[in-house]
Amino acid sequence: MKIEDMILPKIRNIPPSGIRKYFDLINEMDDVISLGVGEPDYTTPWNVCEAGIYSLEKGHTHYSSNAGILRLREEISYHMKNNYNLRYDPKSQILVTVGGSEGIDLALRSLVGPGDEVIIPEPSFVAYQGCTKITGATPVSIRLRAEDEFKLTPELLENALSPRTKILIIPYPNNPTGAIMTKDELSGLVQILKDKDILVISDEIYAELTYEGKHVSIATFEEMKDKTIVINGFSKAYAMTGWRLGYACGHPAIIQAMVKIHQYAIMCAPTTAQYAAIEALRNGAASVDEMVREYNRRRRVLVNGFRKLGLNCFEPLGAFYIFPCIQSTGLSSDDFCEQLLISQKVLMVPGTAFGECGEGFVRACYASSMEQITEALKRIGRFIQ
Amino acid sequence: MDEILSILEKNCRYTEEQLAVMTGKSPQEVNESIRNYEKENVIVGYTALVNWEKTEIENVTAFIEIKVTPQRGEGFDKVAERIYKFPQVKACYLMSGSFDLCVIIEGKSMKEVALFVAEKLAPLESVQSTATHFVLKKYKDKGTIFDDKLEDGREAIFI
Ligand SMILES: Cc1ncc(COP(=O)(O)O)c(C=O)c1O
Repeated sequence: MKIEDMILPKIRNIPPSGIRKYFDLINEMDDVISLGVGEPDYTTPWNVCEAGIYSLEKGHTHYSSNAGILRLREEISYHMKNNYNLRYDPKSQILVTVGGSEGIDLALRSLVGPGDEVIIPEPSFVAYQGCTKITGATPVSIRLRAEDEFKLTPELLENALSPRTKILIIPYPNNPTGAIMTKDELSGLVQILKDKDILVISDEIYAELTYEGKHVSIATFEEMKDKTIVINGFSKAYAMTGWRLGYACGHPAIIQAMVKIHQYAIMCAPTTAQYAAIEALRNGAASVDEMVREYNRRRRVLVNGFRKLGLNCFEPLGAFYIFPCIQSTGLSSDDFCEQLLISQKVLMVPGTAFGECGEGFVRACYASSMEQITEALKRIGRFIQ
Repeated sequence: MDEILSILEKNCRYTEEQLAVMTGKSPQEVNESIRNYEKENVIVGYTALVNWEKTEIENVTAFIEIKVTPQRGEGFDKVAERIYKFPQVKACYLMSGSFDLCVIIEGKSMKEVALFVAEKLAPLESVQSTATHFVLKKYKDKGTIFDDKLEDGREAIFI
């Protein structure tokens, strides 16, 4: 028996991450400035950490209910209503997950399988492709365009639909482009989707990190409410990536199905993290505001810096990414990133890591200190000359 | 407006151009606001936050609680002025509670600080009593943790 042959082909055929080599390179270098990671540089606000510690001191070291501590689900319900005007019943419409990642996985596993198509606008978070393939369903990529500022347009959506389309992923605010979708822009999509038997997974993990104006969820359209699973979590807004906590909200039947997989695969999300998250929702808004204000400054500095260096980029209004175009350098995304790392010790991620249509672009994350961002810009400037 | 203040309060070394980019304003607007703040004494100075413990230079800090008799017509302000004009006094606050003025003194040695209190503060006519508390270790000052190394603890993982 060859052990390798025992691995399911659909898993075997998932390609390994194309940017592994960068991390191998970094490990041998000093003084690298990384604009390559996708998580906050901040540590979790102390009141939130302290609530986690206190829960341990109180002996809350057990499993929680499968769907999550009810008090946390109530806080999530309140948060969704208050911030996004979305009403979800804490008992039947909210599931606390191990990061937004698990929410995406559960939703896909509950809803699609071989023969179904999942529409994935790209460039976007790599997990959509991976999780879709694991279910046996077929990912259908939409190539978003720089001239649309990487927004999903009704025309692009229409072209991707087929009778087998079962799910559309709406990934805004977007990783890696920083694009957002306004209410008007979403309404164009709603016109197409409202009469179709297509569900939406709306990945709103960066919702709180929206600059200039508030995030709007597609689920706020009455026609879409029942058809949308909203994914959010604590990783990005509250700088809690390591706690592994997120949530999914949606129609009771879908949430119930997701709870079934969750209870067998995971049992429940980490209890300590859930207690910390209650504090985050109750008393974390000021910390989030402060981080958002600082991200916004860094965003402006980095966009301005790239433009001054002659790298085109549209104004990204969400998440903490900028997606400049590097075609003017004559290099491919991959060559640009590799040469930049080797010669100037600045790490960015090639756009192609997020889908083929990311060629010609690179992702820079501005969740780094202002000093690092300023220094990175100097080095990138030297590289381009 | 306030955004410029909150940025400068944390780091006053940014240039006007940098501040302009960060806040989405023009350099002229930033320059004007800063000049106004300075003129109106909203910004009263620019200083570096020094951890003297890391230097060779001896430096002690003490908190002095002072009880005073307020003066007719002038309240506490006159006494406070007598006190805060000494350059050794780094901060001076009027307090609620069981004492009236809280004064922060810096000096080269405990002896120097104690002498200053004994010779300059305690004998003042309206000072009823003083209590001196020496700082043994500074963990955090002006919102900055002194021993916090700014290390990036993030692992190179791909997301
Ligand atoms: C678009 C997007 N969705 C979801 C996630 C998952 O985050 P988590 O599982 O930490 O909640 C990430 C993380 O990078 C992301 O970028």
